[in-house]
Amino acid sequence: MQNRLINWFKFSSPATFYPLAGRLAPIFWVVAVTLIAIGLYMSFFVAPVDYKQGDGYRIIFVHVPASWMSMFIYLIMAGWSAIGLTFNTRLSFMMAQALAPTGALFAFISLWTGSFWGKPMWGTWWVWDARITSELILLFLYLGYMALVAAIDDRRRADRAGAILLLVGVVNIPIIYFSVKWWNTLHQGATIRMNGQTSMDETMLLTMLIMALGFWAYSIAAAMVRVQSIILEREAGSTWAQDLIGERA
Amino acid sequence: MSFLDALDMGKYALYVWGSFGVTALCMIIEPLLLRGRLDKARRRIARLNRMESNEQ
Repeated sequence: MQNRLINWFKFSSPATFYPLAGRLAPIFWVVAVTLIAIGLYMSFFVAPVDYKQGDGYRIIFVHVPASWMSMFIYLIMAGWSAIGLTFNTRLSFMMAQALAPTGALFAFISLWTGSFWGKPMWGTWWVWDARITSELILLFLYLGYMALVAAIDDRRRADRAGAILLLVGVVNIPIIYFSVKWWNTLHQGATIRMNGQTSMDETMLLTMLIMALGFWAYSIAAAMVRVQSIILEREAGSTWAQDLIGERA
Repeated sequence: MSFLDALDMGKYALYVWGSFGVTALCMIIEPLLLRGRLDKARRRIARLNRMESNEQ
């Protein structure tokens, strides 16, 4: 137990986490590419045509995983921020910053693909429905967080201000998730339910889960590469960073 | 069913390919930008190293 505790703290230092991130990134890229390739194959060649929505429903194979990731990444960022504020660990803030652009990307993909699904199915690209509006707010939270962190020159202050913004914004996540229950929305209710009563064909569900796992691996890989950049940018003056690059050159 | 038949989305072609296409584009561009940023950070430190060794 004692050993495990020491190991965790060891990796909370940017100098020790940098090489670990470098080793993890390629593994997660391979997992992501493999799962997404299988998912795409299943999306078009295995999953059957929907009796009501025809081929148009296939959009959900990117829409749902992207929407899940946009919410999940935000929660992870808020978690890192809470750890950072509690233990004052620089790496926690760096992790939150490393995840932000990928989270914003998934929020954008969620809105974009939702719009491309809405046009043929509902007859409109956009409605100010509770689910869609709260997802748009999530995208703005990501962008606002990134802008805030970039705007403050003092790194420590930027870390803290960003972390507080993330923690306040967390209230939006249950709003997105439960919006279809709380309000009478145009967006449909949850298809995949926690209580196991999923109203979906098994092949379609499996395809969606494989894509979701692929997106999950992609997010980790992207965050690992980005956190390496952030560490090097912030620790450029340190001896360990200079030694590390010196050895490679 | 042939390969092309499976990819024929009929009247939904614009919407399906518009969704998958933009998603693919985003998820190809982001890793390329990430690689560029990391290379830039590494080059900057290498340059700092060279400057320091020149001073000595």
